[in-house]
Amino acid sequence: MSVARFWRKIPQRYNLIGTKCETCGQHFFPPRTFCPDCRRTGKIVDHKFAGTGTIVTYTVIQTAPDQFASPGPYVLAIIKLDEGPQMTSQIICDPKDAKIGMRVRGVFRKIATDGESGIIHYGTKFVPVE
Amino acid sequence: MVGIITYGVYIPRYRIKVEEIARVWGANGSEISAGLGVFEKSVPDLDEDAATIAVEAARNALLRRTIDPEQIGAVYVGSESHPYAVKPTACTVGEAIGATPNMTAADYEFACKAGTAAIQTCMGLVKSNMVKYGLAIGSDVSQGAPSDALEYTAAAGGAAYIIGNDDPIATLNHTCSFTTDTPDFWRREGQDYPRHGGRFTGDPGYFKHVKGASNLMLEQMKKTPKDYTYAVFHQPNAKFPQKVAKDLGFTADQIKPGLVVPRLGNTYSGASPVGLAATLDIAKPGDTIFVCSFGSGAGSDAFDITVTDAILSDTFRRGAAPSVEKLLQNPIYLDYAKYAKHKGKLVMQA
Ligand SMILES: [Zn+2]
Repeated sequence: MSVARFWRKIPQRYNLIGTKCETCGQHFFPPRTFCPDCRRTGKIVDHKFAGTGTIVTYTVIQTAPDQFASPGPYVLAIIKLDEGPQMTSQIICDPKDAKIGMRVRGVFRKIATDGESGIIHYGTKFVPVE
Repeated sequence: MVGIITYGVYIPRYRIKVEEIARVWGANGSEISAGLGVFEKSVPDLDEDAATIAVEAARNALLRRTIDPEQIGAVYVGSESHPYAVKPTACTVGEAIGATPNMTAADYEFACKAGTAAIQTCMGLVKSNMVKYGLAIGSDVSQGAPSDALEYTAAAGGAAYIIGNDDPIATLNHTCSFTTDTPDFWRREGQDYPRHGGRFTGDPGYFKHVKGASNLMLEQMKKTPKDYTYAVFHQPNAKFPQKVAKDLGFTADQIKPGLVVPRLGNTYSGASPVGLAATLDIAKPGDTIFVCSFGSGAGSDAFDITVTDAILSDTFRRGAAPSVEKLLQNPIYLDYAKYAKHKGKLVMQA
């Protein structure tokens, strides 16, 4: 990933900043600048997601790409955020403890590093709510 | 009056026992544990570093008290394991808690006392009305070279303090420091592991400076150790703080709540701040706390603190973030091979 592309997405990655349509109440993550339902009558504003959600489904990744901070095996899940949208993220737990329907919350972790001398990509991963 | 508005701690879930490290090096684990008074230490996850720990500690502080992050005008992160040689951890923390962009920020480095130096800076900025709130963090994922004495204690963790004037949970009545140029412990630029002066680290390093700052504080406040409910000293192991407390005239009971090193290890810049947090976790209004940090190189910062009624008020929710005791519970133990992987001690073939 280019430095510029990572930098532009810092608000999304660090703080789950998405958007919501004030006309119909729908939330969007990643952020949308246009409501597909309200179209021209939609009013889009920034929304900071609470960072809590539920695992919709998951898989266990055995070997991650080189630059990933977690080499695997690790749990990769689709999470339905409490405000509605779904996103894909790593779940930090023993793969045998992962379950569909499990409640999770966001934490701040290293996602990947760009080689030995490049930038460190921080962002949100999820842990089981205890 | 200037004081602690809120605080938060983060400690990674993983632990390794001193005995397991000793087993690998053919040393006597129980003898080493008894000598240091340390039985296990925290280990960061593969995707944790001083920045992620600092962010989690700061977010835990914000869970305990409703504060507009945009009112935080200064962020200082003390660490000897900042992820970048050049690029401040404090900016990442500021962004991750929503304090950017109207804030000043910098990273601090002073071996194990960079966190308390950050608290002092925030006190100054708050007292001079330059900022409403200042955020001071001590956070480390410290490294000891394989088989070196430091490997038994070098741990990971951090604590964050928001300093301000309005209704603090504890007032920071006074601070003073004692600093000299002493080569007891160092790491040169580009080196992976620090070096230390062996036995030299004790008397001319730790004891001289902790006693220097502590006696200065007692003198300036016209107090004796009996005037404090609790005391927290830098804890590179359990023996040093126990000995210095005794030499100064503090009792074992006074230092007990803040002596977390036996189950945590030495979290370097996080050590005194985490010890203070563990004490605040159980403190009552009116309790007085004596704190003295130590950083090799060398210096100590002392603090005189009084806990206020605000710690039990509705504006402060102590239970909204995990206590140090809670963070020490339910550890996941690693064997040495997994530990080496976590700490990046294994060099993978490119
Ligand atoms: Zn809409």
